[in-house]
Amino acid sequence: MATKTGFNFDNYQRNLFLEHGKENNMKLPKATKTGTTIVGLMFKDGIVLGADTRATEGPIVADKNCEKIHYIAPNMYCCGAGTAADTEMTTALISSNIELHRLNTGREARVVTAMTMLKQLLFKYQGHIGAALILGGVDCTGPHLYTIYPHGSTDKLPYVTMGSGSLAAMAVFESKYKKDLERQEAIDLVAEAIQAGIFNDMGSGSNVDVCVLTKGKVDYLRNYIKPNVRKEKEQVYKFNLGVTPVIKESIRNLVDVVEVNEMEIDQ
Amino acid sequence: MISEPIPTAQPARQMANRFDPYEDNGGTTMALAGEDFCIVAADTRQSDGYHINCRYAPKAHQLSDKTVIGTSGFYADGICLVKRIKQRMEWYYHQHDKVMSTPALAQLLSVMLYQKRFFPYYCFTILGGLDEEGKGCVFDYDSVGNVERVKYQAEGSGKELLQPFLDSQIGLKNRATDDVLDLTEEKAIKIVKDAFSSVTERDIHTGDCVEIYIIRKDGIECEKYPLKRD
Amino acid sequence: MNTYPNPFSEAISYQRMEQYDQEHLESLSNISPMTRTQQPIVTGTSVLAVKYKDGIMMTTDCLASYGSLARFKNIERMIKVGNSTIIGASGDMSDFQYITYLMDKLMTKEYNANNGQPLAPENIYEYLSQVMYQRRNKFDPLWNALVVGGYQDGKSFLGYVNLRGTTYQSDTIATGYGAYIAQPLLRNAVEKKNGELFTEEEAKKLLDDCMRVLFYRDARSLNKLQRATVTAAGVTISEPYSLETEWGFAEHIRGYGA
Repeated sequence: MATKTGFNFDNYQRNLFLEHGKENNMKLPKATKTGTTIVGLMFKDGIVLGADTRATEGPIVADKNCEKIHYIAPNMYCCGAGTAADTEMTTALISSNIELHRLNTGREARVVTAMTMLKQLLFKYQGHIGAALILGGVDCTGPHLYTIYPHGSTDKLPYVTMGSGSLAAMAVFESKYKKDLERQEAIDLVAEAIQAGIFNDMGSGSNVDVCVLTKGKVDYLRNYIKPNVRKEKEQVYKFNLGVTPVIKESIRNLVDVVEVNEMEIDQ
Repeated sequence: MISEPIPTAQPARQMANRFDPYEDNGGTTMALAGEDFCIVAADTRQSDGYHINCRYAPKAHQLSDKTVIGTSGFYADGICLVKRIKQRMEWYYHQHDKVMSTPALAQLLSVMLYQKRFFPYYCFTILGGLDEEGKGCVFDYDSVGNVERVKYQAEGSGKELLQPFLDSQIGLKNRATDDVLDLTEEKAIKIVKDAFSSVTERDIHTGDCVEIYIIRKDGIECEKYPLKRD
Repeated sequence: MNTYPNPFSEAISYQRMEQYDQEHLESLSNISPMTRTQQPIVTGTSVLAVKYKDGIMMTTDCLASYGSLARFKNIERMIKVGNSTIIGASGDMSDFQYITYLMDKLMTKEYNANNGQPLAPENIYEYLSQVMYQRRNKFDPLWNALVVGGYQDGKSFLGYVNLRGTTYQSDTIATGYGAYIAQPLLRNAVEKKNGELFTEEEAKKLLDDCMRVLFYRDARSLNKLQRATVTAAGVTISEPYSLETEWGFAEHIRGYGA
């Protein structure tokens, strides 16, 4: 038999068959997708990354305050949109590999290195790893900002957005971005772009996370803005004691308690 | 060794590229009946996919001094349904010189929905109001006219979240203690507000504002309560 | 070789016919007997509109695309209906031109009635939304998203209706890609005004800024637009004009990675 070379996608074929084959109607488990707004931009001294904090499972909000800006290295962070597990695991894996790379070379890893590792991994899996990423960092060659698509293509642009709220966020960038913004201006613009996503895209919501990366310094501003604090409820819903019925009661002695006279021990 | 080729996937039979006449514009409605009042509430967000069309597109409509209807699902069908009901009410008024009662409307609505059994109105309807004896009443429908008189009901995109809460707080379900529900109007409104603000937290299609119609024997009042807009 | 006639040939051919019929039927079952249902062919992209101090302002570009081809570059996508209403259209252009015909017919009828009660923007909107909804009920939709703007008796009107008859009214409306790209900017601008209405200059700038962003990001758009206003003075549709654009940032971009 001729040996096959190249990638093997038998499992993909198998899964399609299981899902759509004539007698088969297997439902594959559904993954949590983060309908998301994530953004990144370059400013005078570095990179600002931003993300909303809503994770969804179809029409239901799964997590109201999740973290979408992932750690890669001390000088690099990465925003993730798409399948939650994929973004989480890909960034964690590349983070590990970047650390090993640092130990091997004895140098701080460059942002291109992480970008290349990510795109090669994603390309290898032909889009089946549903991770859409924005990678930002500052290394010995300066600040860098990349977007990486699930199929492994990349972009290197001064301002980028991704996720279901990317159009709303990009509209803000396209109308207000300027070269060489000051640090605070950049943070404000990122926050405005994320909020455009939060309020106009139903896949995005809750709070604004910001991460500012400059030479030798990272400021992770978790929940930088909280524009969606819940109002206090009108009532307290406390149940009276005994509302839950006790159907059965059984008490077992796990140890035997023996009465001992202390005086006797002392003697 | 593979002796037989792995059966390749059968792509789902290609249907002709048909126009889909339906749209899901989301939204949640609910109603609850008190002893001498009734509350019908609906959020005002209209959406399409992940996009918010409009933050104020009313889904609850007053039909008479005694009846309010709430619809969610496909907005155009809901509007059409309400329009046709209002027309039938007008005809009824001219023929019988009286306003249609809530239970009569409830029956009419069921028939109107079933008339479109094979091209249904894609809407989830609740009718609330006062019956001929002045008691609060709520009628719940599916999209093809099945109707049921209930004490309280949630419908729409947030009903899976809302109904258990109503079962617990108004139905007093699953309690070992002999709690009695003293459902005053004030308490009911509070429950409705909390219900909608809670659904807004977890259902992406619900939000922006909720319109709460309070139906009393001396008239109907509409209260707007703001919800989160994200 | 057997040259005898096969006594079962008729039966066999019948069986084959049956088999053929079955296959033929199966292939036929994929085709509906009547195809009213269509798809948009020559299309227009976004329509943007806002309420402002003096009435309504609406913008469209002048492009009608044929798939990805920029086919017609001097098309008007807004029409004046009566003296206080304007309709802007995205989606299929032939369907829109049919709607133009419908509106002409309606207004002629109104003129002949001469009842001293001109149709208000609300009335035209209601008529249009009923036409759209009824066509969807017939599974023969007019493939458009329409924006109706009007100003009468000191009141502004702005409404949306699409191919399924879905309607809503709002202070800002955007169709097509505009709903995703321009609407966030329009809503931001409205919220910033805190209940106050835009001046004419503010509205102009806002819509131009949005159209610029759309030109940057909507691949089916064109930098040749028209602006219409509906005010107490009536309906005006501007001559086509262009916006200043900025592509300087491109010079700093080198490649896509290393």
